[in-house]
Amino acid sequence: MTTTAISAHNLTIGYGGNPVVSGITLTLAPGQWLAVVGTNGSGKSTLLRSIAGLIPTVDGHLEVLDGVPGSGSTGVAYLSQSHEQGFLLPIRAKDVVRMGRWPVRGLLGRLRGEDERYVDDAMVAMGVEALADRPLGALSGGQCQRVHLAQAACRRADLLLLDEPTSGLDAASRERYLALMDFERARGAAIVSATHDVREAARADLVLLVAERVVACGPPAEVLTATALADTFGVIISDATGPVVIDPHHEHGHHHGPGTPRVRGHAPGHDHEHGHDHGHSH
Amino acid sequence: MGVLTDPFVQNAFMQRALLAGILVAIATGVVGTLMVLRGMAFLGDALAHGVLPGIAAALLIGIPSFVGALVGAAVMIGGVAAVQRRTRLSSDVAIGLLFVGMLSLGVVIVSRSSEFAGSLTEILFGEVLGVSWTSILWQAIVAVVVVALAWTLRRPFLLMAMDPDQARVAGYPVRLLEAVLLGMIALTVVVSFRVVGTLLVFGMLLAPAGTAALVARRVGAMMIVSAVIGSVSVYVGLLLSWYYDLAAGATVVLVAVGIFFVALVVQGFLPSRRPHPEHA
Repeated sequence: MTTTAISAHNLTIGYGGNPVVSGITLTLAPGQWLAVVGTNGSGKSTLLRSIAGLIPTVDGHLEVLDGVPGSGSTGVAYLSQSHEQGFLLPIRAKDVVRMGRWPVRGLLGRLRGEDERYVDDAMVAMGVEALADRPLGALSGGQCQRVHLAQAACRRADLLLLDEPTSGLDAASRERYLALMDFERARGAAIVSATHDVREAARADLVLLVAERVVACGPPAEVLTATALADTFGVIISDATGPVVIDPHHEHGHHHGPGTPRVRGHAPGHDHEHGHDHGHSH
Repeated sequence: MGVLTDPFVQNAFMQRALLAGILVAIATGVVGTLMVLRGMAFLGDALAHGVLPGIAAALLIGIPSFVGALVGAAVMIGGVAAVQRRTRLSSDVAIGLLFVGMLSLGVVIVSRSSEFAGSLTEILFGEVLGVSWTSILWQAIVAVVVVALAWTLRRPFLLMAMDPDQARVAGYPVRLLEAVLLGMIALTVVVSFRVVGTLLVFGMLLAPAGTAALVARRVGAMMIVSAVIGSVSVYVGLLLSWYYDLAAGATVVLVAVGIFFVALVVQGFLPSRRPHPEHA
């Protein structure tokens, strides 16, 4: 077991050398869960892909499982955001989960009893054991997502990278997912999940709020404040169950923090006290 | 029973045609399945077009036609890759032009010499009834190579079909494997054109695999079903062409495509086992 799962210092991430988020500094220990919270296009997925070694970092230092990102392949389980090709494949749900054991067994190694046990356990944990023989294409979006989560879980990875893991999940499945995260942490796995669900993030050990920049980073109790969330998402309203987020940036694409002299959006949450031209010229 | 076997029992060239056709069906069944799952049908089409000028040029300068076909395939893959890297919006237009360009180039090269006029039809539509033992040997070698590669690399190929990023994180060299897959398609096209022709080989890559996708529940089964459907198409097509005096290669492809549409219609009437994701 490694001493640190992820160590980032003054890290800049982005695509093709163009920075998306800079100044990321954090340390994630084994058994800890980091929730990366932000809107679409905020840099969440970019961070996950950088940690997975799928894209090079732009600047700064990033170490994953005591090595270069992408080098400790069998130790990392990665769940990407879309599984769009899945429906085309003639493949049963259980075989999709089994794929999670392949990196451990190489090209041709047969799955052993231990592998099958991990597969079965993961399917029970996500409540998809009854779907085992169903073709992937016959599953609903939420069922498909649970099957893919079971695939990530059966790896018994040292680091789980989950991009929007709760998308499409109903309340009961979400509870199963949270229980699975507890189990994974208890056995010493580190987790990084990208989400815009504040309630999910509240269960993590560490929260990173991003909006094309680092808004805040720290334990959820310190980071998930109304001001920081407003900075991340735009507007926050609360109902009986907790904060609910309204996200004007979906339409406007770019976030302009308070004091940014380039305010030109007409988002409902933007204050108009800067005295700049807000003419709706665009 | 004699009606169904006599043409093959009594004619050595029909036996060779059947054997060559089945070897091609095995290779195209396996490669076509990978191609369909990987969403590379377009590239398969590109390859099938790309080999024509290569073959024509080979005929002109007197080198073995499969060498020319391989070069043509390589040029076409390179061309498509370059076009896709340069433009994103209109890549289908550019690739479409590349297709037509290669096809025209092939015809132009052939038309340079009048003695090749007959060869053009053979290249485009196949000469399955005149297939030689040498081609059958090459087809057998490629069938074995393709099956062996698909068997050995089944895990990364399947992961790549599912999600290339996940395959990358799992530690598989995705770019190299993609090149291997392209090479497999190219080899298959190159040895198959003698049977069904460069224009129709795409049909053998696509139709049996497409039919198999409708009925198979596992990828391995899909490859086997695909090879079997391809072989049946070869047999039925050769038989039909024998009795009704039809162009053999085209009849084979027509049967394969016909089976696909019959399966599609039949499946529409059966209680749905694989509902469309939108309704699930």
